[in-house]
Formats: sequence, C-alpha cells, structure tokens
Amino acid sequence: MTTTPSHLERDVTNDFSLVVATANGTGSQTANLTLLRAFFHMGIPVHGKNIFPSNIQGLPTWYHIRVSKHGYVARRTSEVLVAFNQRTVEADLRELPSGGMAVVDMGLACSVERDDIHVYRVPVKTLMGASDHKGKLRDYLANMIYVGVLAYLLDIPLASVEAALGAQFGSKRKLVDTNLALVQNAHAWAQTELVKTDPFRVAPMDATRDLLLMSGNEAGALGSVFGGVTVAPWYPITPSTSLIDALRDFLPELRRSEDGVPTYTVIQAEDELAAIGMVVGAGFGGARAMTATSGPGLSLMAEFAGLGYFAEIPGVVWDVQRVGPSTGLPTRTGQGDLGFVYGLGHGDTKHVVLLPSSIEECFEFGWRSFDLADQLQTLVFVLSDLDLGMNNWMGRAFSYPDEPLQRGKVLSADEVLDQGFARYLDVDGDGITYRTLPGTEVPGAAYFARGTGHDAYAVYSERSEDWVENTDRLARKFETARGYVPRAVDERVDGASVGVIAFGSTRYAIEEARDALAIEGRAFSSLRLRALPCGEEVRRFIEAHERVVVIEMNRDGQLASILRAEYPDLAPRVASVAYLDGMPFTADFVMRRLEPFLAPVALEVA
Amino acid sequence: MDRPRTIASNSVGLSRADYGGNPSSLCKGCGHNSIASQIIQVAFELSLRPFEVLKFSGIGCSSKSPAYFLGASHGFNALHGRMSSVAQGALVANHRLRAIGVSGDGDTGSIGLGGFKHLLRRNTRMVYVIENNGVYGLTKGQFSATADEGLELKYAGLNDLPPIDLCQEAIAAECGFVARSFAGDAKQVRELLKAAFSHRGTAVLDIISPCVAFNNQDDSPKSYAYGRHHERPLHELGYIPLADEIVIGETDPGELTLVELHDGSRLKLRKVEESHDPTDREAAMVRLMQAERRQEFITGLLFYDASRPSYAEAARLPETPLSMLPDSALRPPPEALERTLQRYR
Repeated sequence: MTTTPSHLERDVTNDFSLVVATANGTGSQTANLTLLRAFFHMGIPVHGKNIFPSNIQGLPTWYHIRVSKHGYVARRTSEVLVAFNQRTVEADLRELPSGGMAVVDMGLACSVERDDIHVYRVPVKTLMGASDHKGKLRDYLANMIYVGVLAYLLDIPLASVEAALGAQFGSKRKLVDTNLALVQNAHAWAQTELVKTDPFRVAPMDATRDLLLMSGNEAGALGSVFGGVTVAPWYPITPSTSLIDALRDFLPELRRSEDGVPTYTVIQAEDELAAIGMVVGAGFGGARAMTATSGPGLSLMAEFAGLGYFAEIPGVVWDVQRVGPSTGLPTRTGQGDLGFVYGLGHGDTKHVVLLPSSIEECFEFGWRSFDLADQLQTLVFVLSDLDLGMNNWMGRAFSYPDEPLQRGKVLSADEVLDQGFARYLDVDGDGITYRTLPGTEVPGAAYFARGTGHDAYAVYSERSEDWVENTDRLARKFETARGYVPRAVDERVDGASVGVIAFGSTRYAIEEARDALAIEGRAFSSLRLRALPCGEEVRRFIEAHERVVVIEMNRDGQLASILRAEYPDLAPRVASVAYLDGMPFTADFVMRRLEPFLAPVALEVA
Repeated sequence: MDRPRTIASNSVGLSRADYGGNPSSLCKGCGHNSIASQIIQVAFELSLRPFEVLKFSGIGCSSKSPAYFLGASHGFNALHGRMSSVAQGALVANHRLRAIGVSGDGDTGSIGLGGFKHLLRRNTRMVYVIENNGVYGLTKGQFSATADEGLELKYAGLNDLPPIDLCQEAIAAECGFVARSFAGDAKQVRELLKAAFSHRGTAVLDIISPCVAFNNQDDSPKSYAYGRHHERPLHELGYIPLADEIVIGETDPGELTLVELHDGSRLKLRKVEESHDPTDREAAMVRLMQAERRQEFITGLLFYDASRPSYAEAARLPETPLSMLPDSALRPPPEALERTLQRYR
C-alpha cells in the first residue's frame, strides 16, 4: 500500500521515495549511486531509476531512489527532494507532496514558499569553498554535499557511505577519500546547523545480505560472457550501449586463454546492417555471436533477421527497447517492439523471443539464448527495455549455468563420413536439421547457405514443392521451440476469476498492485510470460480464468493481439490494458486500470 | 585423398574438376563465367584445399557465380550489398580459412558501398572480386554507379552521372591490394587472383566483365570489343609461388620489378609501356584519376602495401579459431562468477 505523505506525523522509516534533481552531465550520477549503494549496504531494499533527457549536458535530469522495506519499486511520487537544478527548482518544490522534505542549494534563485513541507537550505558554494578542487571536477564533487546532508538528515551511517564509495571506485582509494572528505564536511555542517523537523529516516535492516545491485544491461552482458559469446559486433544506440560497454568491461577479465590471448572479439560496426550481418556470418561460421540494439537499429536489421530465420543461422540479438520510431523518446522506456520482433523479416518469419523481467533473468537469458540459438539454429531475440537495462535493480546472486553449453546438431568430419550430410533434411522429425561448420575437413561437408529457395540438400531450387516443404519444416521447428524456451511463471490464486498476463519490467508495478489489492480482498492470478512462442501453460492459464487482462507498455496491446491470434477460441476472454507514455508503470496505475475488471468481486464483498 | 592419378592433379592430389561447381545459369558469353573459370583454375594451381576455402557473395548476376565454382567449399550467398559484413563475421569466427567473395558493381558500388569501405578499413583477409559491368542485369539493364558518364543504352537511356571508380575508393579506404583487370584477359585475371590469395588483408580485384545482354555495344567502355582494343596493361604479370625459383632471363634493368607478397611468394611485373610503381599510393591515385580523365582503360596491379595488419592480427584473434575453441575456453569457472558478483553485493 502506498503511504499518504500528507498525514505524516510519526517517523517514516525505510519507506519513502527520494528524487534528486540536477542538470544532465554535472556528474550527479556518482552521488546518486553512492546514496543508492549506501542504503543497500544498510540492508534496506532499494531501487534507482534515472529519468534523463537525450542530451549530453545541461537539460534537467531526475534520479529516483525508492527505499522500501517491502522491496517495492513502482511508484513515482517522491516525498524527499534534492533540488540542485536552477531550471527546475521551483517546479520541483511545488510538486513535492505536503509533508515532504527538500534539501535545496541555497545558491539557487527560488520564489516558492511553502509552509507544509520541510525545507533545508544548504550553502553549497560556501561548503565547497573549503576545498581546493577546480573547474569541472569541483562541479562534480559539489554533488557530494547533498550526500553528506542527507546522510545526517536520514541517518545514514558514514561507514555505509564509505562502503558505497568503495564499491564504485574499487581500488582507486584516492577518489574514495576525496569524495568522502566532502561528505564528512557536509555531514558535520548539517549536524551543527540544521534542526531536523521531518519524519523521514532509514534504519539498518537485514534484507539485502545475499542480494546484488546491478543494471539489467550489466547482468545481460555478464550472462553473455558465461554463455560463451565470442563475436560481438554492434553499433552504438541508447539504451543498449551500456550492455556492450559492460561486455567490454567483463570480457578482458573473464575471457582470456592461459597465455593471455582474448577468446572473443568486439567489433564496432559501421551500422546496424553490418552488425547483424556480422552476427549472421559468425553464426554460420560456428561462433557464438551477439549484438545489442534498440528499435531504430532493429528496423535496419529486419532483412537479415529474415535471412537468419530462413538460412537457419544461430545468433543472439538484444533489443533494449526505447520509445517510438526514428528518435522517438530515446531515453524513455517501453514495450513497443514485441509485435515487430516476433515476426521480424518479410514473408513468413517467426522468431524466438526471450522476455527477461529481472537482473537474474537478464543473466540467465544472457547465456541461455546462445544455447537456444545453437539448438534451434535460428536468431534468438532478447527483449529488455530501458528501465530494466539502464537502472539499478536488486536481485538474488546469479546461479551458475546448470547445464553445459548446448551446441545443437553440428556434425563432425567423422559423422559426415559415417552418416552423410543433407543440410536441410529433417532426419529427426523435429524440424531441426544438421549443419556443418566451415573448415570441416572432409568432402561432402560443405554447403552453400542462402536465402534463395533451396531443397533439402541446400541446392538452389525454384520448385514450389521444395518451397512448401521447407517452410512447413520451419513451422514445425517453431513448434519444437515451444518446448525449449523458458516457461511462463504461473502464480495462480485459488478461486480467482481474473488472471493478468504480462512480461518484462512491468512485473514490479503489477506485483505491488497485486499485494495491495489482495489486502482489499480483490486477488487475481498472474502469469509472467518469459518467452515467445508460448508453451501449453499459457493456454491452460487463460482457460482457467473467466477474464484475462494483458498488461503491457505500448499503445495497441501487442501481446494481447498475439495471444488472441494464438488462441482464437479463447480470444473473447482476453482484455487489454496497454499504455505508453515513456515512464515505467506505477502500482497506482495498474490498480486503477485493473479496478474495472475486479470490481464485481469487490461489490460482492461489500 | 586416395584416387588414381590418371588425370593431372595438383600437390594436394586434386584435379581441376574437383574445384568446379554447378553449371552456370548466366548468359552465354557473360564475363562472369570466364572469371569463375579462372577462379577454378587458380584454386587448382594454388593447390588450395577446398575445405579451407570460404566463398561469399551478395545479390545479383555476379553473386550467383559462387555456385559455379568450388562446390566442395562452404559458401554464403548473403543479402544485396551485405557480402562484406557476412564475410567479416564468418572470417572472425574462423580466421584461418582462405576466402573469396564475388560481388558486382551494384552490390559493391551502390547498396553495399558503405560496407565495402568499412571492410577495407578493417582489412579482413579475403579476395574481394568485383565483376563490374556497369549495369544491373537481373533487373533488366538499369545503370549502376560505375556506368560511364554519357553512356547511352537502349533500356536505361542516357547516363548523366559520373561513375564511381571502385579502385579509387579502395585506395582511399587504405586497402593494400588494389587491381583492375578485364574478363577478356584471362591470364592477367589469373595471375592477379593468385597474388590476391597471398595478400595479408583484403585484396580488391575490380574486373571489367561485360554484360552481353545489356551493355556490350562496341562503343561501351565495358564491352568486350572496347576492352580488347583499349585495354592498356600497366605491366605484364607473373605470379611466382613460394617454392619456385625465380628465373629472370636477360632483361633490361628497369624492365622487371619483383613485388614480394606477404606470404613470401612474389609477383613479377614486366614493364609494358609506362613505369608504374604499385607501392606508391599517391601515384596510384593520380594514375587512376588521369585514366578517368583521358578515358583510358588501365589494368594491372595498381597499388600494393602489406604493412597494415589484417583484422585477425590487429584484434589478436587466438591461434585456434573462435569457432573451434573448447567449451572450457568459452565459459569461465564458477569462482569467476562469484568473484565478479562480489563487486555488486
């Protein structure tokens, strides 16, 4: 249940939202992550969301930190404000809910006067005056002032701040000391000069002991490293760039042979056409290849996606979704690519799409996607989004892959000699055929990969029968894929007539809403889809509920459409809650939109 | 391979027929067929082992031709204009394979120009053949970007745009092996192909290859008749394999130049009319621009420089190809995961 900040009388401990308003490019990210990590170090469940503009420097940016003893994250209203941006200070103060508190840079011009909030004015310039740092570094470090003041006001132990700085700067002790000195200085000033009147505070808990704090992009990159990625061509695009950045951080450390030679190559391609072309070439060549992109890049990859499907080439494509075509809203989140990705390519094309919702799943799908691609000999798409990918989330420590690498049906030279080889002949009846890798040292191992019509022996063919046979087999392979992909997570509530189906990062808003509604006696079942194509469990879930509401972050209800087409007999049960404004869903929003579906139950109770 | 040596075989025991492919479906007399046949001959003479060769193409008449040679080698017929990226990917997966790509002037000079130049910047080791006829054949004769300015064709009308010179583009992109040839000059094509296989990085062969269906009228600079009458070889070429001794007869000094190729083999250049130094990048560019202005059809090795490392060398790819690394090299141990996660706790 969300707190109502206007009636705050007593202490509010470990349950509030904090927003830091600064200008983009002023280095506030370090200070914000320090706060985030300090709470995490104290054992308090926490989550950070960066709401930032598409700009290098100057435009407003807001960093939200949700401190929640229950581990909830999906809420936008913040009761605690750090106002350090001249351009937004007045609006930020006006928006603060009654009873809230604000730490304001005294140097900012501000005419907003409110007596229903707690305001602490901080002489940033004076406090920085004591330090001898110059220029840009000085601006960067000034952000540590609000860390120090909040440490005093919220009761964050300085030891936790130090630990947080240590986690960020690693072995660079000097940076830790420089930042910590400013925090201590501001803390000391606050202790002497400020009288705390607000109710917000934090207290140590023991709820993060075995947890990690990481972004989805870092988790996906780490998973890929353990999945054996060897070729990673890419083209920069927000919000997928940080996935490749993380990959380039992890690889040199984790993937060198004994004599120090890298067992991978990362190639900055000239465009997304080339990035996916290299993935397809490398997949054909037998390497584990991946790329990461977002909507506009994905659009350019469409032709190769079709070729990858039809020529049956393994490869992994991460789509960290952002909003809209062209530039759209490049720094905002959404789930608008699902329908596009599922059938990416012209003609009859269907793709395997993995749908991670957490850093644990980003890691797991990071390695598993390579196994699936090799087993199914096709491109596998992993659909993340900006919110999951670029923000810091808590998660359980990742499990080491529980099975060895699956390389699928690849024939060795001896096997080619023993059993012969026909590239597209369905020997096993599962639609998955055998392949050979270039360099296989026997005659008869070679084949000519192509998108052109071909027969079971990969020989050029324009015969209608060959075309139909081949595409029917591909459809059969897609049926096989249903049994290979991660199953949906079914959280059934006994007796519930309404079920919610969703995927990806909306789970947090939905889970928070579900808990709140359950307290009111309006419980619903939920099914979290983790991949397309759907397995049988999805049909069973829909069959078991009178009404199924598909919740997703796009305008037209893309998943709802897919499910209605997949299960036409059940289509009348499928309702859609689809909305996209670039911001992550909140629990309030989900509750509001689910109410009409749950109302009858509520009325009966009443 | 065990087989009776009844017909001529090379040093790996294969006959010329072992390097053949499917029958060509291109027009009779198409320059591309002649080039395919030279590729077969060269692979045979160089004693390439078919499983060590990868072939690539994009889309178009030229790009069909890899089906007509090296039938025992893996190949990938990619997308229009995208041969370069597919080749780059396959050749980082296994950088020890030899590779030959066949593209056309539309495939390379228009839709694939960006990828072509970036492939050259990376210097991925492969032979890149452009079968250049100035027109789009499969779509019935539109001008390509290499069509000569002022050319008039029955279907396409008058071409009023200046051509893109793919050899100039290659030199500008720092390609270290740039040659132009003529499909009607089989010997020169052959010797250049052999030298190209010895190059360290990407070797570009821009071969004027007449389209008998749409651009073979006698006054077209990309016709057989024009080529036969106007080809102006910069030198006579002779490829000398690594093992062979060089026998230089009595020649005037300055008549003969030996270019040492990256793998130790050599290319003998015998002066014809003019002195062209293929190791001088600026001179090569100037000569190409002159030829363009004077409407000369110069052929031969325009530029050679093997000082730049290939992509595989620059990226320090491991001895064992990435595609053949054992699982243990691909997945770090559990301790490595634990150690990494420690930073995020």
